[in-house]
Amino acid sequence: MRYDEGEPLVDRAAPDGPLETRWERARFGTRLVNPANRRRLRVIVVGTGLAGASAAATLGELGYRVSSFCYQDSPRRAHSIAAQGGINAAKNYRNDGDSVYRLFYDTVKGGDFRARESNVYRLAEISTAIIDQCVAQGVPFAREYGGLLDTRSFGGAQVSRTFYARGQTGQQLLLGAYQALSRQIAAGTVTMHPRTEMLDLVVVDGRARGVVIRDLVTGEVSTHTADAVVLATGGYGNVFHLSTNAKGCNATAIWRAHRRGALFANPCYTQIHPTCIPVSGDHQSKLTLMSESLRNDGRVWVPVDPDERRAPGDIPAEDRDYYLERTYPSFGNLVPRDIASRAAKKVCDDGRGVGPGGLGVYLDFADAIDRLGREAVETRYGNLFEMYQRITGEDPYQVPMRIYPAVHYTMGGLWVDYDLQSTIPGLFVIGEANFSDHGANRLGASALMQGLADGYFVLPNTIAGYLADGPFPEVTDAHPDLVAARSDVEERVRRLLSVEGDRTVDSFHRELGSLLWDHCGMERTEEGLRHALERIPELRAEFWRRVRVPGSGEGLNQSLERAGRVADFLELAELLCLDALHRTESCGGHFRAESQTPDGEALRRDDEFAYVAAWEYTGTGTPPLLRRESLTFEHVEPTQRSYQ
Amino acid sequence: MRFTVRVWRQTGSEDAGRLVEYDVDDVSPDMSFLEMLDVLNERLTLRGEEPVAFDHDCREGICGMCGLTINGVAHGPRRATTTCQLHMREFTDGDTIVVEPWRAAPFPVVRDLVVDRGALDEVVRAGGYVSVSTGSAPEAHATPVARADADKAFESAACIGCGACVAACPNGSAMLFTAAKVTHLGRLPQGAPERDTRALDMLAAHDEAGFGGCTNTGECTAVCPKGIPLADIAQFNQDVLRASLRGAGGRPA
Ligand SMILES: Cc1cc2nc3c(=O)[nH]c(=O)nc-3n(C[C@H](O)[C@H](O)[C@H](O)COP(=O)(O)OP(=O)(O)OC[C@H]3O[C@@H](n4cnc5c(N)ncnc54)[C@H](O)[C@@H]3O)c2cc1C
Ligand code: FES
Repeated sequence: MRYDEGEPLVDRAAPDGPLETRWERARFGTRLVNPANRRRLRVIVVGTGLAGASAAATLGELGYRVSSFCYQDSPRRAHSIAAQGGINAAKNYRNDGDSVYRLFYDTVKGGDFRARESNVYRLAEISTAIIDQCVAQGVPFAREYGGLLDTRSFGGAQVSRTFYARGQTGQQLLLGAYQALSRQIAAGTVTMHPRTEMLDLVVVDGRARGVVIRDLVTGEVSTHTADAVVLATGGYGNVFHLSTNAKGCNATAIWRAHRRGALFANPCYTQIHPTCIPVSGDHQSKLTLMSESLRNDGRVWVPVDPDERRAPGDIPAEDRDYYLERTYPSFGNLVPRDIASRAAKKVCDDGRGVGPGGLGVYLDFADAIDRLGREAVETRYGNLFEMYQRITGEDPYQVPMRIYPAVHYTMGGLWVDYDLQSTIPGLFVIGEANFSDHGANRLGASALMQGLADGYFVLPNTIAGYLADGPFPEVTDAHPDLVAARSDVEERVRRLLSVEGDRTVDSFHRELGSLLWDHCGMERTEEGLRHALERIPELRAEFWRRVRVPGSGEGLNQSLERAGRVADFLELAELLCLDALHRTESCGGHFRAESQTPDGEALRRDDEFAYVAAWEYTGTGTPPLLRRESLTFEHVEPTQRSYQ
Repeated sequence: MRFTVRVWRQTGSEDAGRLVEYDVDDVSPDMSFLEMLDVLNERLTLRGEEPVAFDHDCREGICGMCGLTINGVAHGPRRATTTCQLHMREFTDGDTIVVEPWRAAPFPVVRDLVVDRGALDEVVRAGGYVSVSTGSAPEAHATPVARADADKAFESAACIGCGACVAACPNGSAMLFTAAKVTHLGRLPQGAPERDTRALDMLAAHDEAGFGGCTNTGECTAVCPKGIPLADIAQFNQDVLRASLRGAGGRPA
């Protein structure tokens, strides 16, 4: 598939002047909506994860009339609930040299210099207020005996800035936001629509004015209008079929918005997490993350000999290859996620992987148990060991864990300006759904921070500047654009049900997933990507010819829900591979085999690729337009990462 | 492995529903219970039958979306384990397994194994929060919290809202769920100002939603995947009593 070059893209909302005061000045420059008028302004928020729930609650508190949607039976179940490790904030409670500037610096560098400095600085600046807000809501963060908040260092950070609630930080933060949302629902400012799915965006006179929703219980398709629409629908990692995301995570909302004109930025930036429980068979439906913290004490190894047959405990030290410690003596087992993932792939590609299918490496705690005692290991990791045992039936105190990388997070998403507004006026995108502040690679514990920064603090301020021009003229039910959007959705549902083919939805999803994993996963090559780009349209055509969706459009039909999501993944996958093909450099989570340093590290090419690739939709199967937003670095000088 | 699975099928709230028997073979002991149902559903789809509807999302025991009554026990035979985390190795080859939805008056069946648990959200809306609008929070370290209180609050806050407690209770009571929230917030200084009204309002909403009263049978805590203790209900009762003695009323509607 080809692409055409479009006009360069400029962020018109980008602030200038001194970095430290950009956000303050931007807020001061934003027009306000007076409290009496807010009641007359309606905002749709799709998604109730950290980003959506915090935004809907805050907008409700401000007095706007909010409608909130999610596909689960309760807003409390959004995928954010599953986040384990923690949330970063530049509080510097440890006096270990942290600061807003350092968090900013680490994030820009960790993102491999593919994010905007202004956005990242704002994120770091807001991080501290998030902790204050969450504590006030009653989020039970871990504390020290003196009663103050505990922190830990996470994902190789040199400072201890990660706040956590055991291994359930996402759950506790989301419950805080859910409770704030519940309070607004009770107060009548927010109307909640659980078990609903957004299937299209309504654009009227160039502005986002509403959404088309399918009620998942009754099957009824309806339209909802508002003065602005906010998408907080999460990431698209499930395009790979197997990932650590919840089963329902999907790209439908952002993909439909993309088809209506919103640019999609950096789709190829995906993050693969090194420590997940390996696939155990064809029945596998999802992958489970084992917290990154395990690498603090566990040692990663594989047998030296590909034909090794002995049980791991019987293999003497000289026949083991502690390949991370060998290749990266100074960082050892704690190298960043992308490096650890690629190294695991490499040893498995060499035929030295362990477990079913040879797709796994050992994460061994035997030395830690010797050194610290079983009890200490249990205190640190007991719940993770238990989870591992429940899933695999193996006891990690006795036999080393087996781990393998899995798709975890998507840095790409809908393009937004500094105000978090997409290229469609009135359409705002927050949380993992936007192309985010993480550049080409996200640091551990920074997604929760970004979701809550967007929802509690950024969007409620910036959206006012847009809403100050409202209320916009009423869009009646008979409006041709509304009618057309609704009938498009109804037609698509009818089409999915009428193919009546001989393959299940899941069989297509699995096939698409393994195609992407093989050719657009941890390591990407021109040849592999070209192959995938050839195969995806064929698979898509086959889907529409052979898929079997049982049941009807009335009432709850989970096969139909999945079919719609997979149909969208089959379109998005093509753009993902095209973006990966066009970016012939390596950066962050995007590793092109053709662009590496002599010692096998990602080789960035700033002269050519220091830009955001924002894609404009022109039709399914027709070449999209590439709009480049160039990135400049005034404060952090781009350097080559090195972990040797 | 091979199983006979008797599954509750019901097309909607109007339908009376019935158990339908399916043979599922080629099951791997490494499959989760839901993956076994996935396999059944794939086969039903290819045979032209409608697959079994069941709720699930995270499949790692944290979202609270899944929940099946397996052989009469909410979430099945393994203690402290959600349905999605249950694996087929817990069963014996050749077993007959009966799978039903949560049964409780406030949880009407939507379809097959899917029920409507919206009543739990109603209870939270009545007061399961701290009234602090965005931006009005003091510096996080302004109020130290004793570690024991933070830990206890966390344990109660770990509730995933799956509703197993309700399904297991002979009275269809949601007291464990409600008590967990009251205990979580009541234990923290941040939740103290609303402690009285919260307890009274949440109890009223609980009763109004049609949940039954608690008679201390303890079935709830036995099936709770997160091990929320009965002591939380005692704490809740104490808070309600305390609020009444202090002459607190609920929040005006
Ligand atoms: C296992 C795991 C562990 C993680 N651990 C950490 C961690 O320790 N620290 C960290 O910072 N990050 C972590 N992350 C990443 C982080 O959890 C996510 O990036 C973040 O929670 C995303 O939040 P969100 O609000 O953008 O979206 P989500 O929480 O994914 O919410 C999406 C919402 O949109 C709704 N929705 C989606 N599509 C539609 C539609 N079409 N119609 C209607 N509603 C829709 C859903 O119902 C849901 O309410 C982890 C991720 C995983 C998978
Ligand atoms: S599916 Fe989330 S708890 Fe079981």
